[in-house]
Formats: sequence, structure tokens, C-alpha cells
Amino acid sequence: MEALIAIAIGTLTASGIYLMLRQRTFPVIIGLTLLSYAVNVFIFAAGRIVPGLPAIISPDAVGYTDPLPQALVLTAIVISFGMTAVIVLMALGSWLESGHDKVDMDDDKDEQEARA
Amino acid sequence: MMSHWIIAPVVLPAIIAPLIVLMMRNDLTLQRIVGLTSTLALAAIAAALLISTSHNPPEIYLLGNWPAPFGIVLMLDRLSAMMLMLTALLAIAVQLYVISTNWDAKGRHFHALFLFQMMGINGAFLTGDAFNLFVFFEVLLIASYGLMIHGAGKDRLRAGVQYIAFNLIASTLFLFALATIYAVTGTLNMADIAVKVAALPEGDAGLIRVAAILMLSVFAIKGALVPLQFWLPGTYANAPGPVAALFAIMTKVGAYAILRTATLIFPPETAAIGTMVADLMLPAALVTLAIGSIGILGATTLPRLAAFAGIASMGTIFIAFSAFTPQATAAALYYMMHSTLAAAAIFLIADLVTDRRGNGTLTAQPRIAQQGLIAALFFANAIALAGMPPLSGFIGKLLVMDALRDNLALIWTVILVSSFFMVLGFARAGSVLFWKSHATGEPADPHHSAQPLAYVAIGGLLAGLVGLTVFAGPIMGWLEVTATALHAPDAYIAANQLPALATEGN
Repeated sequence: MEALIAIAIGTLTASGIYLMLRQRTFPVIIGLTLLSYAVNVFIFAAGRIVPGLPAIISPDAVGYTDPLPQALVLTAIVISFGMTAVIVLMALGSWLESGHDKVDMDDDKDEQEARA
Repeated sequence: MMSHWIIAPVVLPAIIAPLIVLMMRNDLTLQRIVGLTSTLALAAIAAALLISTSHNPPEIYLLGNWPAPFGIVLMLDRLSAMMLMLTALLAIAVQLYVISTNWDAKGRHFHALFLFQMMGINGAFLTGDAFNLFVFFEVLLIASYGLMIHGAGKDRLRAGVQYIAFNLIASTLFLFALATIYAVTGTLNMADIAVKVAALPEGDAGLIRVAAILMLSVFAIKGALVPLQFWLPGTYANAPGPVAALFAIMTKVGAYAILRTATLIFPPETAAIGTMVADLMLPAALVTLAIGSIGILGATTLPRLAAFAGIASMGTIFIAFSAFTPQATAAALYYMMHSTLAAAAIFLIADLVTDRRGNGTLTAQPRIAQQGLIAALFFANAIALAGMPPLSGFIGKLLVMDALRDNLALIWTVILVSSFFMVLGFARAGSVLFWKSHATGEPADPHHSAQPLAYVAIGGLLAGLVGLTVFAGPIMGWLEVTATALHAPDAYIAANQLPALATEGN
């Protein structure tokens, strides 16, 4: 199972980085989302992978899984969700203002120099 | 005994900012009064904490009274208190400027976002827990996104998208680093991590080195260390002037976090880490300084020039950090105080000029209102930033160079040559902006309102530089004790009252 999870994290990260290097905001945002999925699974794996054991103390438990990474993942999910919402809004705003959704700013700079 | 004042710099803005959004959203005057009063209160609290920590060992604040390392802790030591004080002073100047120039009327919720930003910055300086540091980073970032696009506009929004994307990547890296550290040490309390890393079995050395590099890269992104500085010029040059001035402390949050983790968790004495951090940081810092100074010389607009001045100052700070001696760290901290105030002042001056001219381009254009006064402020500020006598930039660079005599040929050459470039760059900018304008005909807008408070804000920042110069002796004395405590963090770790390693099992 470790190998499976490692491959999953690796694939998500690689796809995320590839998409992040694209020119348009939409793939970049999807890439960021994939990357945050990868890190969420990674944090989960940081507490060691133990299947079928409870995280909360109970009298008849034979062992426990580490509950802290679950709390960390929850925090990370909430934060990355909020941040994704913010960047989607910003991307929409900049698309509406400038008429295209390219990420780089070079053409703008050329315009500024032409105006000056 | 636990002093509840330690958490006040986080709780106060956390309470006031929502109140501003909920109850004063339509009353700008009330927002200004409450916002400024809160910042003044933060400064008073920071001053009290600063005085208390000067006489006492590092103090711990247990959130929810859970003992370390199980609960989240806040730690107040001399460095944290100093950074809190610096933040509060900078915030007062920025807020006065914003109120005077009506920047807060160009969009909604400026004062609420400003206080949330203060909450995040103060929290990042105070926390003693690595994951909590991540959370406070996110708090200060999300407030900074709002502030960065304050007033909107096409360029600002597009620069904002880049800024957010860059920081989301940084946050993801931070999480990877934290998860790796947790996987190796099983703890997130910074003092506890320090103890565990020092006693790490040899087989885990590779993993912790990866975690260290990931973590330091995250902070290097925040601190604009080459090759992770690309986001800074575009962001700062397109952000509203006063917001960019407030962001002068954000790069220092990165520097603070590097200093804290590099001295506490990953010191060169640790077998697993060794001199790895210093070996990577020194070349990067030298290139940062070089790029910053060349950027000053080549900048086409005044805000970009200010942004590169910020990068150059980060270079100098990181050069001093990379020596890992108390003397160099003390010099770096002195330079950090100086460069925060000086960089903020240049952004405010750039905003004054941009506002009066209608653009920030460095070309000869007609005279602006209050040109003489602005030119004088720019001149004084340029002297400070370039590191010329008599202001604190000179003393700061002298201290840094004095602390780095071991590597004389390389470091001194880079610092001195880059200073020369900066002098040239500022001289070029100043003469184009303020002298050539006399040749281009009538003033564009001679009746621009005087905005006295804006000059008070900039004057206050420059007065801070004069204060740093005049009281350099006592300040350096205080900083040397601070730096010595940073490099021997026994008291910091002891304050956490961690359970003994042996009894923990595992």
C-alpha cells in the first residue's frame, strides 16, 4: 500500500507541476489544486499508514493510528480550499479587466513602454 | 506564571477587524479612528513586551493550557518582541499615510484587511509551533491578497494572480516540509523539533536534510532570496504604494523565519545538517544583493526601483545570516530594522511622486507639487538605502562587513561594488525625477493638496533611521545579547518544559 500511495502522490505532484507551468490561469489553478491534493495525502502518510485502527481512544482498541496528521490535513484542506476560491475570483477579475487570461505580464509592460 | 499579554498582539486585531467589517462598514472616519487606535495599542503592547523580555528569559504562552509539546505554544523572546515593535511602528506610519492620501477610500475594507494582516504578522513572530507558523503565514497572506489588489485595476489584478499563485506553491511546499519533519521527529513544537533533530539517528539524516531545504526554500520565497525573488518586483511595483510599504515587513517575516529555524532547529552544530544551510545561503545572498543593486540601476519606474532596493537589502541581511556567528547575526538584525524603515519610506515616496505625476516612469516630466520637499525626502532616503554616511545604512553595512572579515575578498567586494551601483541608480533616478523636470516647462498639477500627514509618516520613518544612527551603540549592545541567545537557544528550549527524551519511549 505504501508504494501505491507514493505513486499516487508522485503522479498528482507531477501533473500539478506540469499544469502550473502552463500559460493560462485555468490550468494553473487546476495544477495548484492537484498539488494541494498531493500534499494532503502526503501529510496523511506522514503519520504512518496503519489500516483499520481507530484514532480516538476506546477501551477495546488493539492499537491506534496517529490522530494528529488527520487534524493537520483538515486544516490544510480548509486553507487550500479558501485560497483556491480566492485565486479563482482573482483570475476571473483579471480576465474581465484585461480580456484574456494569460499568466505572464510581458505584453502589458510593452504597452506601458509604448505609452511612456 | 503566565502573562496573557503575549497573545494580545494576535487577539486584539482579531477582535477589532471583524468589528470594523460588521459595524463600521459605511463610516470611513470611524474606521480610521478605530484602525489607528488599534495600531497605537499594538505599539504600546509591543513596547511593554519588549521591556519585559529585555529583563526576563524567553516566556511561553500555552494556548488552552495544554503543556508543550502537545498543545500549541506562543513564545516571546527578545527577537519576537523586537519584530513586534518594528511591525507596529511601521504600521503606524503606513496608516497615517493611507489616511492622509485617501488610499483607504479607493476600495472597501482597507482597515479591516490591514488589521488582519497585522494579526498574521504578529502571530508569525510569536508562535513557537511549526504548523501554527504555517497557519499565521496563511492569515497574513490572505489579508495581503486583499490589500495587494486594493483599488483594483488591470495590472494590479494580473500581478495579484501571479502573487497568489506563487504563494500557493510556497504554502504547498511548506506543508510538504512540515509533513516530512513530522514524519521524522513526530512533533511540531519548534523547541521539541530542535531537541529531536539534535538527537536524530543517523539513518534519518537524509530525510531531515530534505525537510530543512524545503522549509528554508519556503522562507526564502517570502524573503525574496535569489533564485526565488521573481515574484517581488511585479507584486510590489503593482501594489498600492502604502501596501508595498507595509509589505516591507513581509520579506522580513521570511528572514525572521529563516533565522529562527536555522538557529533553533537546523544549527550548524547538528551532525545531520552541518554547514549545509550556510553553504547554500551565502552564494544565493551575494547574487541577491547583486541583482537588487543592478535592478536599482536598470529600473524603468520608481516603484520597481523601490522593489529592487528591497531585494538588495534582503541580500545584505542574508549574507550576514549565512555567517552563523552572534556578531554577524546582531549586525543583520540592525540592518533589518534599518532596511524595513528605509524600504517602507521609499515606497511611500514613490507613491507620492506617482500620484502627482500620474505615472511612475523614470523620465523627465514637468514639476510636481511640493517638489522640493519630496526631493529632499528622496535624497535622505537614498543615502540611507545606498548605505552612505551619515545614516544608519552606513553603520549597518559597516557592522555586517566587520562581522564578515573571514571571507574578505568575496563578500566585501560584492557589498562595496553593489553599494556603488545603488548610489549610481539612486542618483540617476533622483536627477531625472527632480532636476530634469525644471527643463520641461510648466508644472502639471501645482495645486495638488499638501497632505501634511503623509509627510509626517515619511518623516517619522526617516526619523526612525536617524534614531537608529544616534543610538546605534545601545541598540547594538541589546542586539548582541539577542543574537547570543539565538545561537545558544537553551533558555528558549527550557521555557517549553518539555518532557525528558528518555521517558518518552517511542
